[in-house]
Amino acid sequence: MTPKATILTADEVRRALTRIAHEIIERNKGAEQLALIGIHTRGIPLAARLAHKLGELEGVAVPTGMLDITLYRDDLSEVAHQPIIRETQVPFDLARRRVVLVDDVLFTGRTVRAALDALIDLGRPESIQLAVLVDRGHRELPIRADYVGKNLPTARTEVVKVKLAETDGVDLVELHDLETLQ
Amino acid sequence: MTASPARPRHLLDFADWTPERLSALLDNADTMSQVLDRPVRKVPALQGLTVCTAFFENSTRTRVSFELAARRMSADVVSFAAGASSLGKGESLRDTVEVLTAYRVDAYVVRHHAAGAAHLVARYSGKPVINAGDGRRAHPTQALLDAYTVRQEYGSLSGKTVAIVGDVRHSRVARSNVELLPKLGAKVVLCGPATLLPADLAALPGVTLTTDPREAVRGAHAVMALRLQQERMSGGYLASLQEYAEHYQVNERLMREAENGAIVLHPGPMNRDLEISADVADGPRSRILRQVDNGQAVRMSVLYHLLVGRE
Repeated sequence: MTPKATILTADEVRRALTRIAHEIIERNKGAEQLALIGIHTRGIPLAARLAHKLGELEGVAVPTGMLDITLYRDDLSEVAHQPIIRETQVPFDLARRRVVLVDDVLFTGRTVRAALDALIDLGRPESIQLAVLVDRGHRELPIRADYVGKNLPTARTEVVKVKLAETDGVDLVELHDLETLQ
Repeated sequence: MTASPARPRHLLDFADWTPERLSALLDNADTMSQVLDRPVRKVPALQGLTVCTAFFENSTRTRVSFELAARRMSADVVSFAAGASSLGKGESLRDTVEVLTAYRVDAYVVRHHAAGAAHLVARYSGKPVINAGDGRRAHPTQALLDAYTVRQEYGSLSGKTVAIVGDVRHSRVARSNVELLPKLGAKVVLCGPATLLPADLAALPGVTLTTDPREAVRGAHAVMALRLQQERMSGGYLASLQEYAEHYQVNERLMREAENGAIVLHPGPMNRDLEISADVADGPRSRILRQVDNGQAVRMSVLYHLLVGRE
């Protein structure tokens, strides 16, 4: 499975997350009241890394959570077999929090829509922002990210694969042709 | 690579369900249980679908539990009670089911006094059917919530022993548990008076029979008391209720023989101080109300497994 191109190396992933952390602080005038919630699967380690960077930069422990959106998807009748439902864990009160949702790739926007529904069922945050490592375009819903590590125009026939040390043993973002992956 | 067996379309019993699928179902019940602990106890997973609860036999907890489970998943629910239906005018079960299906019902939950009724609904509706109890034959979701409650206590069913004490002969719960628990790695000891203990069950893997309750509970991690189903007995099974209670009641004296920390289950409804003593039913070992609570999560998971996704 040779990638068509390497989009981000490990160093570039690190720098992108550092920049996003700075942007979050600038936009929110600090890190007080913030919470980071990662969307399964790779959004979770990304949220943890961002929380760590915010802690380093601002000296504030930013709470993190994890969100599974399976029960909120609008395409479940099109999914083959049953999707595995994973754990949702938001161990803090969302009220008056500025929540930053974190995911690896922003594509059609349907995952984010489902995540917004799921999050609002858990509480009423003051605001919700969106941070993604890669925005590959092709939106089907009026959703945009507040923080983007890398804007990457892609074709529908391409696949963006994000690998992270916590889940894949290495930090890397690659572009593949869909047909070579099948 | 070996192809995985086809996904079961119905939950009529456990014959088509592999241990892997059953474990996945219980894993997803954990998530459903979390949903029930949230401020908004509802998810949109079954939005747009209609579930019909067709109960041809009395039930409170199972019907309410299924209806709540379906509503928590955002399904529409139509409740069908046999007493108030055209069955009283002579309409057959087949015709009733075909009419309901014409109203675009997407799934059925069926309880019936006749064994095999849920199979019949499955054949004529062409829709997923969940057996909510058919005669003495099966009550699979009750067995699932029993298994889930034991798993919740010990983390796993593997290597655990569940003693089922009482009227085994008339119990569809016992039959479903006998089918399910060994698939998940647990052993089952069935116990009751010889008249209420069908000898053929001893031939099943992972199952032993005894008429001695102290022997049954010794080493058990969970003890399930079964309701004495007097309405199904035509007589001659018991010398007297008092004698039955004296020998087979799950009480403190009997529980002293069980594993330290063994839990007590009862599928309900209970005849207090007959098959189970009130102090045990309400005591610290009792997980009877937790079973009721777990019923909703388990049934949400069952509905999800049968109604979401495609082959």
